[in-house]
Amino acid sequence: MNWISNVVPPKIRSFLRRDTPENLWVKCPESGQLVFHKDLEANLFVVPGSGYHMNMSAKSRLDSMFDGAAWQEIAAPEPLLDPLKFRDEKKYVDKLKDARAKTGQTDAVKAAAGKLEGQDVVIAVQDFGFIGGSLGMAAGEAVIAGMEAAVERRTPFVLFAASGGARMQEGMFSLMQMPRTTVAVRRLRAAKLPYIVVLTHPTTGGVTASYAMLGDVHIAEPGALICFAGPRVIEQTVREKLPDGFQRADFLRAHGMVDMVVDRHEMRPTIARLCRLLTKAPQPARDAA
Amino acid sequence: MRSYLDFEKPVAELEAKLEELRAVAARGDVSITEEIAKLQTKAEKALVDLYAGLTPWQKTQVARHPQRPHFVDYVTGLIEDFTPLAGDRKFAQDEAIVGGFGRFRGQSVCVIGQEKGSDTQTRIKHNFGMARPEGYRKAARLMELADHFGLPVLSLVDTAGAYPGVDAEERGQAEAIARSTEACLALGAPNVSLVIGEGGSGGAVAIATANRVLMLEHAIYTVASPEAAASILWRDASRAEDAAMNMKITAQDLLKFGIIDAVVPEPAGGAHRDPEATVAAAGAAIATALGEMAGLSPDEARAARAEKFLAMGRKR
Repeated sequence: MNWISNVVPPKIRSFLRRDTPENLWVKCPESGQLVFHKDLEANLFVVPGSGYHMNMSAKSRLDSMFDGAAWQEIAAPEPLLDPLKFRDEKKYVDKLKDARAKTGQTDAVKAAAGKLEGQDVVIAVQDFGFIGGSLGMAAGEAVIAGMEAAVERRTPFVLFAASGGARMQEGMFSLMQMPRTTVAVRRLRAAKLPYIVVLTHPTTGGVTASYAMLGDVHIAEPGALICFAGPRVIEQTVREKLPDGFQRADFLRAHGMVDMVVDRHEMRPTIARLCRLLTKAPQPARDAA
Repeated sequence: MRSYLDFEKPVAELEAKLEELRAVAARGDVSITEEIAKLQTKAEKALVDLYAGLTPWQKTQVARHPQRPHFVDYVTGLIEDFTPLAGDRKFAQDEAIVGGFGRFRGQSVCVIGQEKGSDTQTRIKHNFGMARPEGYRKAARLMELADHFGLPVLSLVDTAGAYPGVDAEERGQAEAIARSTEACLALGAPNVSLVIGEGGSGGAVAIATANRVLMLEHAIYTVASPEAAASILWRDASRAEDAAMNMKITAQDLLKFGIIDAVVPEPAGGAHRDPEATVAAAGAAIATALGEMAGLSPDEARAARAEKFLAMGRKR
């Protein structure tokens, strides 16, 4: 009890209390069901009833993948800041500042090193919460830094893609991330290190059309939209409604573009197994069960 | 018949007046030679001045001008023995990307590029220069062939973008573009790209990841077409002009940023006013670029290309 609770009537008191997160309850975009945030977090951001895979922040994803949620971030060179001097209603530099303040991240991709079921790996995660996971210079640098760190450490590289596409405010510097990241993919390949891509919801545009479609193994999360041109653009071109499930994970598997659709709860063991198989690492001792 | 762009109205008026005077002079009633000469000088100057100060949005219109020389015009003017090859060996032949082998100034080369078509029939045949996955897979196939035989690759870029259709998505448009970009980077032989009109997004970069990237003076190269960018940024495609202005899509801006390597000058009033001179200037620029890379070993050509792209956007 402090002085305020003595003077302020209880009803008003509840307004003053702001220590609970705003997103205490989260609505499932598919079923409309309300889920308690803590329950969602405990379930790897998969909605318990509907199985809908929600976006995961880079930090939550890295925590969920590495043994003991222990990882060290890989530093990437800081690129030019706003070379286009882009401004519309708001300056791009301010938009970047806001996104940084909101997410606590410097940009859309975070790369980190750590262990996955005992094996050293480097994992990079694209965070859809940072300006739609858009691919700008900083995100490109983080992908490249992650791949180069994997080459240096001779570890597999795992990439979780999620992106609305290019970062328009960086213009051609954004487009150039397609060849730039492809240079790094080729280095991984030359070093004969596994490159596993996990396509999460949504992965589109220049990201899909570069490093996200150049993996040795492609895994998609259930229901993820994976495409080059988005459904809205295609509907405008063909002027008809697109069929259900078009450009979704199962559709891509049926069309030969991804190897498997894997539930998030199975992601860790699946990727760990693939990494061991492709690097000829021994099978871990199984628990007696 | 010349078609004028909206912003060319003052020049169009002068040229119309000039035509009138010439018609009068032809009837031989009065001698107005001097006046005609004066007006002609004035019209020419107006055209040069207008084109020296084109805005990015005006350049977009020039880059899309229907009478602008296209891929076939460059091939006709610059490549002897051109032998187009068809098909991706996987699914189909895509006419939006034309490619094959021929001789450039005596040297065997591989030539690849988007063809937009110049009338209704050819535009439909070439799908307005918007390729499907088969087009990019053919491009990658031709680049691999070129590399196998150690031949340089020239690419002429002119596309609004890769085709956004149901079939293209079904057959892996994204993967096809990614593999084609990779094929560019894998080339041991040097490659030169010239953006002759529109360099539209991933559909352009897929064949334009080159040791030397050149742009015609009024060509544009964009991460997304101004219309698409406006629709992404503001959900309003009608703000394309704003987007064009903001995104720095001109050859001059991109040269300054180090994203392209050289600008090829166009004749006064743009490529469409003198296609032959444009093609000749393009040929000279390509020859210079190839000359600069003569003697590079395959490893050197690959490394130089990779380093050039990696340096983009990095602080120096």
